Amino acid sequence: MPSKKATWRRGSWLVLGLVLVVGLAGCTGVLPQSTLHPVSDFGQRIDDLFRRIFWFAVGVFVIVEGLLLYAVFRFRDRGGEGRPEPVHGNTRLEIAWTLAPAIILVLIAVPTMKTIFIVDNPAPASSNPLQINVIGHQWWWEFEYPEQGIVTADELHVPVGRTVQLNLTSKDVIHSFWIPRIGGKRDVVPGHTNILWFTVDSAGEYPGQCAEFCGEEHALMRALAVAQDSATFRAWVDSVKGPAREPADSLAMQGKQLVVNGICISCHTIRGTQAKGIVGPDLTHVGSRQTLAATILENTPENMFLWITKNDSIKPGNKMKIPQLPADQVRKMVAYLQSLK
Amino acid sequence: MATSEAALHSPTGAHGHEGTYSGGIWSWITTVDHKRIGILYGLTALMFFVLGGIEALIIRLQLHGPNAGIVSPQVYNQLFTMHGTTMIFLALMPLGAAFFNFVVPLQIGARDVAFPRLNAFSYWTFLFGGLFLYSSWFWQAPDAGWFGYANLTSTQFSPGPGVDFWFLGLQLLGLSSLVAALNFAITILNLRAPGMKLMRMPLFTWMTLVTSFLMILAFPAITVGLVLLMFDRFFDAGFYNVAVGGDVVLWQHLFWIFGHPEVYILILPAMGIVSEIIPTFSQKPLFGYPVVVYSGVLIGFIGFGVWAHHMFAVGMGPIANSVFSATTMIIAIPTGVKIFNWLATMWGGKIRPKVPFLFAFGFIIMFIIGGLSGVMHASPPADLQQTDSYFVVAHFHYVLFGGSVFGLFGGIYYWYPKVTGKLMSETLGKWHFWLMIIAFNITFFPMHFLGLQGMPRRTYTYESGLGFHDLNLVATAGSFLLGASFLFFFWNFFRSLKKGEDAGENPWNAATLEWAIPSPPPHYNFDTLPTVRSRDPLWAEDGYEKPAADQEPEMPAGSGWPIVVSSGLLLLAIAAITSHLWLVGVGVLIVFVGVYGWSFQPVYR
Repeated sequence: MPSKKATWRRGSWLVLGLVLVVGLAGCTGVLPQSTLHPVSDFGQRIDDLFRRIFWFAVGVFVIVEGLLLYAVFRFRDRGGEGRPEPVHGNTRLEIAWTLAPAIILVLIAVPTMKTIFIVDNPAPASSNPLQINVIGHQWWWEFEYPEQGIVTADELHVPVGRTVQLNLTSKDVIHSFWIPRIGGKRDVVPGHTNILWFTVDSAGEYPGQCAEFCGEEHALMRALAVAQDSATFRAWVDSVKGPAREPADSLAMQGKQLVVNGICISCHTIRGTQAKGIVGPDLTHVGSRQTLAATILENTPENMFLWITKNDSIKPGNKMKIPQLPADQVRKMVAYLQSLK
Repeated sequence: MATSEAALHSPTGAHGHEGTYSGGIWSWITTVDHKRIGILYGLTALMFFVLGGIEALIIRLQLHGPNAGIVSPQVYNQLFTMHGTTMIFLALMPLGAAFFNFVVPLQIGARDVAFPRLNAFSYWTFLFGGLFLYSSWFWQAPDAGWFGYANLTSTQFSPGPGVDFWFLGLQLLGLSSLVAALNFAITILNLRAPGMKLMRMPLFTWMTLVTSFLMILAFPAITVGLVLLMFDRFFDAGFYNVAVGGDVVLWQHLFWIFGHPEVYILILPAMGIVSEIIPTFSQKPLFGYPVVVYSGVLIGFIGFGVWAHHMFAVGMGPIANSVFSATTMIIAIPTGVKIFNWLATMWGGKIRPKVPFLFAFGFIIMFIIGGLSGVMHASPPADLQQTDSYFVVAHFHYVLFGGSVFGLFGGIYYWYPKVTGKLMSETLGKWHFWLMIIAFNITFFPMHFLGLQGMPRRTYTYESGLGFHDLNLVATAGSFLLGASFLFFFWNFFRSLKKGEDAGENPWNAATLEWAIPSPPPHYNFDTLPTVRSRDPLWAEDGYEKPAADQEPEMPAGSGWPIVVSSGLLLLAIAAITSHLWLVGVGVLIVFVGVYGWSFQPVYR
């Protein structure tokens, strides 16, 4: 029956066409979190491995799906008497199609194992890695640079060309640290310290986010890696390693009094003041950060005002539960916090 | 074909037994007939499949564009938790159980399962477990994911009854599955008709046997994990509390020791169905029968040694990651072997592309895609980029939807005539198939790209600058088309009950024993037990023999006790969630009375 056959063919072409259209759509646009455009040795190793496996998979896909489609068209019932010959099996064929995938898997497994023993071990000591402690919180990231005496949040500054080792742990639930263009993710587990290391090879800003479901605001637990050439990185270290600057103008001065004598200090630290809370992000140099609220807001006075007054509607479930403060007080506090460059 | 027996095997003629399903609601509540229980399982599973589907559509609606506000973050988290839990425990597993129930006793030439009343108990416990879990929508639905990773499930991070509903519901469902699995393993090993040797069993029965053993061995692991969670939540025990020396990774091991075999619990029945449909519609016996059987057994066996591939990013170290990577890659080999044998079965056959065949074929071509992406994240370094991203969402939907759902719906189209005595419409079935396979690919194929572009899963929204917008919109459009395809199915399903053509005993010219008896089968299935002489009894010359009957066999009487025991267990779960100690007493009493009455009730009346 040719009409049925035509429907059959049309249908499969339609499927194929759609797959292609969707596939092409995937290759356009700006992709700041793409795993396929690595900017570190770690990401590159994974990408090399993935591409190798991918092409094997494409080969297997084309051959097996091709044979299946061929069989279904070629051996369609075209009427006629009798039943097909009842073939029960063939030992040689069974051996062949057991061995063929086994060989392909060996070709995948060998480079896989080699890569595992690089990426799952700590950074080689000879590379003298820059140590950074990453601490996951619901729903933001804390970064400690123990050698430099820096504590900051959500924005991970790393030097280009130097090996960085992240030591990851969590203060509450399990998170997973993931900057896709730098490389794969690693879980951030309370009670455990995991390691992730890499050497970024080009300067730039690479967004990422938590990849293990960690509660209500998991989706907005984002992060930003800022990779800088070594001079810029050193300048950044110098600017943020000391205690907080004293405010210069009177508005900020009044703001400081409100912050360090108010509710803020139960959760936040501002080094050099009496604010020594350890629940929320360190604010010592909050004015120097580009973003607020796990990078979802640009760090402007207006956004900071919004964040202090309406954080629960920007990020429902957010842990900063504070009473409604008078707007003029908040404006002074923002002036102070913005001055903390 | 065993045409010589045609006159013998059905004393009441070829028009089936309308009496099989007659009787009021009470006859269904007290039924111990495996066929009725199978139908109850099937209809309940389809109901939950629709609910889980609606949850999925709301999820897709929320993700259609960046920063959408269709649902709140908490409701979104509840939706994906319930969607996963529903599809796995309330839709796909029980749909498999529906086929185990209806088909397996018929395929092995038995009159019922080994423990008919226990079978009824499995169903009622499943139904009550599902309803209990769903009642949480009226208070607080669970929102910690179907995988419920500790310590997000602790009272500190998940206060309120949501997680309690989840683990108590899962305990009820686990009990139901465990009892059913024991019942089926024992049935298959003991109740086969004379001559039905293990290596003559139809592939679907074989895969049911393997699946039953997987359930028996896998469910205790999650039961233990859930008991520890219960002690943590109710009595502050601290198994998963880091502050008092507990370990959160313990849960992940216990969960995935169950959770990975669970994947095979969902896929092996579908593979069994496909192994029935492909030979029937190719009019050729299954190619390499022993190899297909052994590869199924091997998949089940190795399935217990791969669980930590869900945990490559947890930080287990290079040795553990290498070992679990190797075992995971090895499991691809028997899976591939099955596919090649299905291919060889079709090769040289006379393929009739009827609707059941289309679905079985859809299973194979879609499952291959899921299998290949599975090999990609069997490589731990590659998995570090893919795990917990939409790439994985795409992968397991190709396995569980492209695989299990296609296979199970193929099974519905295949056995519907046996169950109801009516044929489903081929035209509507083809509409369903083509719409479903096209929409399925529009929905899930883009998710591969989204994952590789860095979109993590379980996120209620995404920002506009990340380039996720277009593909998410495509996926959302596809998902609604996918939902629409099932309208054709349900229309066909209900319409054919009245308007379908009479199916007769063997509408597909299939080879296995269930097609040797009328459709629907009489309540006793076989008036006299057949003697089997071939792997394909209805195709082989003299493949089986069935002496004439002189009277109807006596069958076990219905019993109301199984539902009493199940409702006692339900009451225990309600007692736990409402913290009423006296209610625990009532529940225990009802269970005790139920078991007592059950024990002393004669099987035959």
